[in-house]
Amino acid sequence: MNGKTEAIVRLDGVEKSFGAVHALAGVDLVCRAGECVGLVGHNGAGKSTLMHVLAGTLAPDRGTITVEADNLTGSYSVSLAQQRGIRCVFQELSLCPNLTVAENAHVFHGSLRGWGWRKRSGELIIRKLDEIFPGHGIKAGDNVGDLSIARRQMVEIARAFTVTDIPVKLVILDEPTSSLDAVVAGQLLDFVRRFVAAGGSCILISHLLGEILKASDRIIVMRDGKVVAERPAREFTRDSLVAAMGSVAKALSAEDAAKLASKRHTGEPMARARSGRQGDEKELRAYRGEVVGLAGLGGQGQTEILRSLFFSAQRRNRNASVAAPVALVAGDRQNDGIFPLWSIGRNIGIGSIRRMLKGWLIDPAREDEMAENWRKRIAIRTPDMKNNILSLSGGNQQKALFARALGSDAKIVLMDDPMRGVDIGTKQEVYGIIRAEAESGRTFIWYTTEMDELKNCDHVYVFRNGCIVADLARDELTEEKVLHSSFAEAL
Amino acid sequence: MTMLRRIADKPWLWSFVAAFATWLATIAFTGGQGGEQLLTAAFTFATFFVIVGIGQMFVITLGPGNVDLSIPATITLAGSVAMKVADTQDSMILLSLVAALACGLAVGVFNYALILILRIPPIIATLSSSFVVLSTAIAYGRGLRIKPPPMLADFTTAQVAGVPVLAICVAFLAAVMGVVLHRTVYGRSVIAIGQNQRAAALAGIKVERIRFMTYVLSAMLAALCGYLFSGFSGGSSLSMGEQYLLASIAVVVIGGTSVAGGNANLPGLWGAALFLFLVQSMLNTYQLSAGLRYLATGLIIIAVIVLAGGEKARR
Repeated sequence: MNGKTEAIVRLDGVEKSFGAVHALAGVDLVCRAGECVGLVGHNGAGKSTLMHVLAGTLAPDRGTITVEADNLTGSYSVSLAQQRGIRCVFQELSLCPNLTVAENAHVFHGSLRGWGWRKRSGELIIRKLDEIFPGHGIKAGDNVGDLSIARRQMVEIARAFTVTDIPVKLVILDEPTSSLDAVVAGQLLDFVRRFVAAGGSCILISHLLGEILKASDRIIVMRDGKVVAERPAREFTRDSLVAAMGSVAKALSAEDAAKLASKRHTGEPMARARSGRQGDEKELRAYRGEVVGLAGLGGQGQTEILRSLFFSAQRRNRNASVAAPVALVAGDRQNDGIFPLWSIGRNIGIGSIRRMLKGWLIDPAREDEMAENWRKRIAIRTPDMKNNILSLSGGNQQKALFARALGSDAKIVLMDDPMRGVDIGTKQEVYGIIRAEAESGRTFIWYTTEMDELKNCDHVYVFRNGCIVADLARDELTEEKVLHSSFAEAL
Repeated sequence: MTMLRRIADKPWLWSFVAAFATWLATIAFTGGQGGEQLLTAAFTFATFFVIVGIGQMFVITLGPGNVDLSIPATITLAGSVAMKVADTQDSMILLSLVAALACGLAVGVFNYALILILRIPPIIATLSSSFVVLSTAIAYGRGLRIKPPPMLADFTTAQVAGVPVLAICVAFLAAVMGVVLHRTVYGRSVIAIGQNQRAAALAGIKVERIRFMTYVLSAMLAALCGYLFSGFSGGSSLSMGEQYLLASIAVVVIGGTSVAGGNANLPGLWGAALFLFLVQSMLNTYQLSAGLRYLATGLIIIAVIVLAGGEKARR
């Protein structure tokens, strides 16, 4: 091998597609003994996919995987990764909640056999917890389900570093500090440095750029499934990292800026909401005819605030209120949107069912009329609206959900990242409909993880940790500002 | 061809086919004797199965985990309260009906209070409430059998040209409930919740209110059944509800309603109720021993469900 230290893992030209989405578009990555590699990138940049490839849970479509100079492409798997001493701490915790801490440790170490395995497993995991998180307060006999989320994350991390028969060479930490407070997170980063100094190797993924800059030797920046920057950590600053993650926004021409000037007028907002965790006076407001965007990283409280707005129409809520009927367009179609046994027409009609009543009974003629009307307006591609909803492609199912919300009498439409997995053509059609509906007086509140979609909004709120951290009018909106607020350090 | 396929697509059809086949098998054994009387009896008893089956069907349609196991106890309580209130007086017929329905209302509210406030799964909530309800019935009635008012007894046993009057009334009730299921906001909401409860809530359906109404509906239909059956069988008794625990669920499932929720079949209740009764009388006619009868009943029910379910899976 070239260089003074050999590569533990080497990926060359790895590609992975999910349908039409190129999650990884030719990634090269080398990880050597005695270094910590930081990995950053915006949502959907391909970080998690890359980690799944390294852990053996996903096989790449193309490219080679080399572990300690052995080409393992094709035969690479989870158990092979384990045998080679490659461990992974995933974001979604993998502990069994009904087992104790000791039993969970044992799941990992088949070699702890015979009498007293529970005691030995317990000692193993507690020793490692003491080493990483002194004063952790966890007992080997505790049920994992009874532990707080932070302690569960600590057990998960400690377990990845425990050793019985196979030495640990590389540990991948995917958002390891997301549930830890600053003190415990600091303990972990100190341990990572000690582990690396002793010849181990780590890959650290985090949205907290300060952590990345502090703990890594080398930083890799990903965007759109590719590595766009790779340099020693000391050559990066917070600002240069943010700039590397997103394209630097072009300055708006004066004419465009005038066109985009905020349409906010004084008067009563149609909807207002704040998070219970919000420390300051910031609150979300949406006025008549506005398209309001909710930005930030995924899962920072945007969905929760949409839900509290939605249900505030049914039951009074201290933190949210709406001045008109609301409808919601779900992003998670299968779980939150579709009625799988019903026709397309019925799936659309359920949102406006009270307007189809004739006396006490639903009038089938009006139901069919509404279905046909929306098929034309929103171009749902089906020969017959009486066909089952599942006969449609994902994008067309999403259109049906839009039709359900837009066809209702709701003056406020909430959208929960509804364009996930929708093709670009459908997206453009729906953007057009949203603009037209907003001009005719409807209010839209739109959670999206895609920067491009924010450009359709009149006003954007950036969320982090369940709170609003930035409040940007359209003419102030740049990708850089959104990224900056999304990644700002927690106090 | 398409016509045939459309008919074969109706899952409730199978319950009627099974009922008819069972009837044929029975009268073939007796050489064609007693066929009409058998049908009359089948309609009489099926009527009671259908009343409770409608309520259970609405509950099961709410989706996985929803089932009402308090139906037998409610039948018993409503029957004994109504007969005691009526005190064999014809003038008290309406008041005793109101008393029976009030029992149903109370049980339904109690069941849903357990489910919603104490967060107990419906299967446990309704099972445990049925012990409370049955104990109340025992304490209230002291096990005495009170005869029904003569007019109620006459009404529940009356026939027109071999067709029980009660069956005609309940057929009408079933038709009304069919309209409620498919053409009202309430019915649509039940079916939507059964398919996808989260989506239903996010489409603006008031899920808890609809579930509450459904458990109350089921208990009130059980109470109605208890009232009518007391009139039919010459008075209430503490064991009168027993056979309805399995029967109320069996008629729903055999009738083609999806146990996974969101897909209800009202016509199938009739076919299934007739089938359940006819299987019993067929096995009685064959003079099998009690053990064999139970065995055969179980196997036949399984066979019908597999046949009907298999058709559905292939579609």
